[in-house]
Amino acid sequence: MDLSDLQEIAQKENAAAKPMRIRCCTAAGCLSQDGQALKKALDEAVAAEGLSDKVEVVGVGCMGLCSQGPLVQIDPDGPLYEKVTPADAPSIIASLKGEKCKARVGDPTIPFFSKQVPIVLENSGRINPERIESYIAVGGYQPLCHVVREMQPLEVCDLITNSGLRGRGGAGYPTGLKWATVAKTDAERKFVVCNADEGDPGAFMDRSVLESDPHRVLEGMAIAAYAVGASQGYVYVRGEYPLAISRLKTAIAQARRLGILGTGVFETRFDFRVDIRIGAGAFVCGEETALMRSIEGQRGTPRPRPPFPAARGLWGYPTVINNVETLANVPAIVRNGAEWFASIGTEKSKGTKVFALAGKITNTGLIEVPMGTPLKTIVEEMGGGVPDGGKVKAVQTGGPSGGCIPAERFDTPVDYESLAQLGSIMGSGGMIVMDEKDNMVDVARFFMEFCMDESCGKCVPCRAGTVQIYEILTKIREGRGKPEDLEVLRELCDMVKQTSLCGLGQSAPNPVLSTLRYYRHEYDAFITAKSGKAEAEANA
Amino acid sequence: MGRLRVATVWMGGCSGCHMSFLDMDEFLIDLADLADVVYSPVADPKEYPENVDLCLVEGAVANDEHVELAHTIRERTKIVVAFGDCAVTGNVTAMRNPLGAVEPILQRIYVEAATIHGRIPFEKGIVPELLDRVAPLHEIIPVDAFLPGCPPPAPRIRKMLEKIVAGEPAVLEGDDLKPG
Amino acid sequence: MAVKTLTIDDKPVSAREDQTILEAAREAGIGIPTLCQLSGVANLGACRLCLVEVAGVPKLLPACVTLVQEGMQVFTNTERLREYRKMIVELLFAERNHVCAVCVANGHCELQNLAIAVGMDHVRYSYRFPKLEVDTTHEKFGIDHNRCVLCARCVRVCDEIEGAHTWDIAGRGAKSHIISDMNVPWGSATSCTSCGKCVQACPTGAIFKLGATVAEQIKDRTRLDFIVTAREKKQWVG
Repeated sequence: MDLSDLQEIAQKENAAAKPMRIRCCTAAGCLSQDGQALKKALDEAVAAEGLSDKVEVVGVGCMGLCSQGPLVQIDPDGPLYEKVTPADAPSIIASLKGEKCKARVGDPTIPFFSKQVPIVLENSGRINPERIESYIAVGGYQPLCHVVREMQPLEVCDLITNSGLRGRGGAGYPTGLKWATVAKTDAERKFVVCNADEGDPGAFMDRSVLESDPHRVLEGMAIAAYAVGASQGYVYVRGEYPLAISRLKTAIAQARRLGILGTGVFETRFDFRVDIRIGAGAFVCGEETALMRSIEGQRGTPRPRPPFPAARGLWGYPTVINNVETLANVPAIVRNGAEWFASIGTEKSKGTKVFALAGKITNTGLIEVPMGTPLKTIVEEMGGGVPDGGKVKAVQTGGPSGGCIPAERFDTPVDYESLAQLGSIMGSGGMIVMDEKDNMVDVARFFMEFCMDESCGKCVPCRAGTVQIYEILTKIREGRGKPEDLEVLRELCDMVKQTSLCGLGQSAPNPVLSTLRYYRHEYDAFITAKSGKAEAEANA
Repeated sequence: MGRLRVATVWMGGCSGCHMSFLDMDEFLIDLADLADVVYSPVADPKEYPENVDLCLVEGAVANDEHVELAHTIRERTKIVVAFGDCAVTGNVTAMRNPLGAVEPILQRIYVEAATIHGRIPFEKGIVPELLDRVAPLHEIIPVDAFLPGCPPPAPRIRKMLEKIVAGEPAVLEGDDLKPG
Repeated sequence: MAVKTLTIDDKPVSAREDQTILEAAREAGIGIPTLCQLSGVANLGACRLCLVEVAGVPKLLPACVTLVQEGMQVFTNTERLREYRKMIVELLFAERNHVCAVCVANGHCELQNLAIAVGMDHVRYSYRFPKLEVDTTHEKFGIDHNRCVLCARCVRVCDEIEGAHTWDIAGRGAKSHIISDMNVPWGSATSCTSCGKCVQACPTGAIFKLGATVAEQIKDRTRLDFIVTAREKKQWVG
């Protein structure tokens, strides 16, 4: 297998394509809305209309606008259909012959689509994630082939460093630097781990990438492995993502069969094997040291860093751990160059970021925008604001580890530093939108309950501190709070943040601290005895 | 300063702290030169008086009478001391809390553990109603000083009283903080 | 082995490069409070009581797992650290049912000593009063989960010194609890060799000898020291 073989597969695949393609979303969101039956109905309708030689129905990955799913789009230049039911299928196919279609027509020119800059999601909703040929047809695996045949490992690290790519899993550590550290460490074994334990409530970026374009992630992993000198990789994916797991399994098997993974990648001396490890549903296993313990078959609890995984990772060997989205950026950087990538985004935050829009927002779904895009553009323009004319109050970024950003600060550009300044974090990319009806004490309490339940229990501040913070929030919410409780609350939050062992505990107080910062009056309202009680009862 | 008006109160505890108080022996005579005991299980008054300078509260808050008394104490007293582990932590008195609310506890004690006539006594209005959850004193009212120990040894009580009489901060340190 | 020089609370200290801040401080006679740390078994960095400040490092570092470095300026007893430590000890007392007055370890308990050391005169947080079991099915020993602080010392001595790995932790967060074998009563745990190391390692009255009543369970750490010294240094003293 070499470049010419890849090109041959691509040519064959493109040649076999029929003049007209009907793309039908088969990612988890649309599948949950009867997407499988819809795909079948479309296939049957094509056969019934006798169009099988001209039209093919392709099951593709996520097309982004999940709230309007199932989505169907006709190529080339055909309309986009929303909320399509299997009953709509005959009408859609009939429309290919010029009849009027009864299915709801969507507008692919709305800002939700037009303002996106897809890199990570460039193939999502376009290719068939269950066929490696479909990925190769759009140029897939050519970057890997180039890397293993034409580049030195440290050149690859440099390329990623120069691109300015930073970790998309939360903290934003420079990816190239991480790789170079592992590359320069002498060790008999090294590992590459893909962190797909996406556990934030309301976040589904990684799931979608794995469901829509799994080969892209494998390619990113293989490039990372070549760069650092690893021959074994693990994808740690949560068990709640069965479709992502099944598509990954298919993808790994296909890549092995073609000699793209396994022994002698692209007929070089570079070996790379990928295995899947399935998480059992603990949020803390998204923390890298806990994740590694889980892969090792131990109880998933974090350990103090340093040593960092780059120095001592899986079974004590140097290990690169990157998140799904980080790795998914890698093939594009190799293909288009570091300068291209560095030209997108802001000075310190390069490239794009995928966000999962959820909550009180019209256009629920996935978007990818350049770093530095103002929150206003994302939430108001692309997200379409609150449904039914409500008013956006705040957005929570970074899930339970992030903070609430009030609507007044929506001119903030979304990048690592700006969000941190507002007391939130970029996190993995979940954005939960809240409207005027949402009470911020409830929001803080919801996330604190999540952290309390998900604390592993190893260190005292996180295990016992989150319980006490939750208790105080409950007390306040039920109208039993006293003014001095706010001070105790703030002290506890500070202590848990400063003294917890891992990121879970260190960031658990963020939702409380940020809501206290911007919505102190909502806490006070519950505490001022009369109004607090009255409101609590009114809301009960 | 005129004579100190001192009260001691016995809530949900075993009276061991009061016994320890009496163990201060001859210091009680010195104390009598400085203070009047205006309310105490070992004195006559039935109503908690006004303008008390110092009150030592033994025991945890376990029933509705304790809650009422605690608020009265707070209103009428300058310095309230949580006197002994039950007042400071809930201690033995609060050991019923993990069993749940009042009903399951009475059931456990008077029915399950009974050898004869297992039934829950019921005399409405005669004995105070138990709280579902026994609480340390500071969860009910603000407390000025904490005197731990089960019971606090007599020299520790004396140290606390001497500090208060001298107008020093009523804070113990070192081994005088040992609970149990 | 190279030697590093550093300052701990402004006192110049030298230490081998493989020593932790905690070891260096102890050698220099500077006490840092600890709870999960136990000499002879692996350090966890879990109780967070030994956190120290190091000049130029924004995060607090656990002294038990942080190695000394040349020129390090360590501060072990700042006002901020004292307040955090007090809060952590209070959280531990509020978390389970630590009734010192009726505890087998009263007067010999590391948690009690910590309360004294950090100056805790009462607990500002709401006591949780969880309903927890006391397992006395073992013929010699018992475990009272009301007194457990989840330091995992028992887990480590059993695994690392005795090699039995009878103990482990199940559940997560506040629901974490010590289990024997695959969550069976201690008396039915076939891997247990009844060596009693966990009894000696336990900092509180959670693991005790059957028959011990209030204040009778004295923990004898010299026995563990003896084994560890014998194994690591081949010296049979004690």
